[in-house]
Amino acid sequence: MNYTGTAIVGAAESTEMGKIADLTMLGINLDAGINAIKDAGLTPADIDGVACAGVSPVEVSWALGIVPKWLDGTIVGGCSFMLHVRHAAAAIAAGHCSTVLITHGESGRSRVGFLGFGGAGRFSNYTDQFEAPYGIWGPPTTFTIPALRWMKNYGITEEQLAMVAVVQREWAAMHPRASYRDPITVDDVLNSKIIAYPFRKLMCCLVTDGGGALVLTSADRAKDFPNKPVYVIGTGESSETPMVSQMDDFNYSRAFRTSGALAFAEAGITTDDVDHLMTYDAFAHTPLFALEALGFTGQGEAAAFVAERNTAPGGKLPMNTNGGGLSYMHSGMYGMYALQESVRQLRGISPSQVDGVEISVAHGVGGMFAAAGTTIMTNREP
Amino acid sequence: MFGSKRHVPTPTPDTAHFWEGTRNGELRLQRCKECKETYFPPRPFCPACHSRDVEVFASSGKATLYSYVIAERPAPGFETPYSIAVVELEEGPRMMTNIVDCPQTPEALELDMALEVKFEELTDEITVPLFKPEGGQA
Ligand SMILES: [Zn+2]
Repeated sequence: MNYTGTAIVGAAESTEMGKIADLTMLGINLDAGINAIKDAGLTPADIDGVACAGVSPVEVSWALGIVPKWLDGTIVGGCSFMLHVRHAAAAIAAGHCSTVLITHGESGRSRVGFLGFGGAGRFSNYTDQFEAPYGIWGPPTTFTIPALRWMKNYGITEEQLAMVAVVQREWAAMHPRASYRDPITVDDVLNSKIIAYPFRKLMCCLVTDGGGALVLTSADRAKDFPNKPVYVIGTGESSETPMVSQMDDFNYSRAFRTSGALAFAEAGITTDDVDHLMTYDAFAHTPLFALEALGFTGQGEAAAFVAERNTAPGGKLPMNTNGGGLSYMHSGMYGMYALQESVRQLRGISPSQVDGVEISVAHGVGGMFAAAGTTIMTNREP
Repeated sequence: MFGSKRHVPTPTPDTAHFWEGTRNGELRLQRCKECKETYFPPRPFCPACHSRDVEVFASSGKATLYSYVIAERPAPGFETPYSIAVVELEEGPRMMTNIVDCPQTPEALELDMALEVKFEELTDEITVPLFKPEGGQA
């Protein structure tokens, strides 16, 4: 196992979650940022690098009284924060800065100071001309389009897709902050309102308000902080296409494969070494695409893997243990919450704590299979 | 079948030939004269070899159904249910479209079914390419 030389020493979500009527998108970034800096036992003067997505790192630095030596405003959708972790690890290793704050906040539900999901207020020229005329109205009608091809190719059933939501609800039940905690059955999912065939309401992510933030510094300082350090051991990122219709192949995500392979190679581990997995679940098929692309299952095998309860409580690969975007929360760019749950599991403090988690993978998607980011972490000391 | 509020695209200089084509009943693609790559959507550079020596040609308008969803909530100008599909053109590239002139049901919309282009005028300037079952009603 390799180490990047960087550790996560502060991690926190926004003070409130679900419905936050009194904070703007920027305000939720700041609220989460303050919580993460406190969690690390630091003050604004200790932070010298800032990354965020959708709001400007200039705004966040200014509002929190930080004098940055390094800024990253990379925004490629919900996985942007995985990319920020990767960029921060490189910047810390290069000596460009010593302590980085990564913030996320979105008013996805209340739309206070809303700048558009993923910071994108309008269509690109290509999407405007070659997708928007066909009645798309957001991720439920675009992110979902590859699914039928993949289902037909591998004989995947709607019942198997429904099981993703059922299993994740079991995890959400253990989390006091999860939006939905009541148990559901496959029938409940298949009888929920049809949104865009073959996707039903309970196969689609929530729309909520919330935020989260991380503080990263060099691993050799990590033991000086109040909480158990989480070491970053592998990182990856990639992109494929801004238009879902132009993916190479609807049976897999090229960006997932590229990003995942980079992270596992950097960490020097295999999927067998992984104790806990967070994969961005915008829709029920998204984590299945991740399981296949990252090599946790063979191509076309992830749906059966989940339906057979391998990722459920007590299963051999606990996955999306906060309930995911389907049940925990989804503000628009969910990747930050996947990272937060990985950190909680590695610190040993998650409400759904899995025994003996030493290596956790957080894998995110950006846009409609447009981009990907992967972060592999451990609590084992170097 | 479409209300006036349906999203109308704004052509850009690199896509003008495409929209001129649909106005004239042609579905135009591009091909690289150096490496022979056929591609869509329009751009003045070959995505495979970066050559600027590219040509525009009219496709056959034939395609197969690659994947789709059936929207049950309407976008402006649409009546539910309606399919949002990606089709694979005979020449290779794929594009988003709607499948029309057939029931908007999973039973009628079979993956890999043969399709042909049908042009729908939205405004004087913009005609969009839709697809219908091959040999189906005009
Ligand atoms: Zn070429």
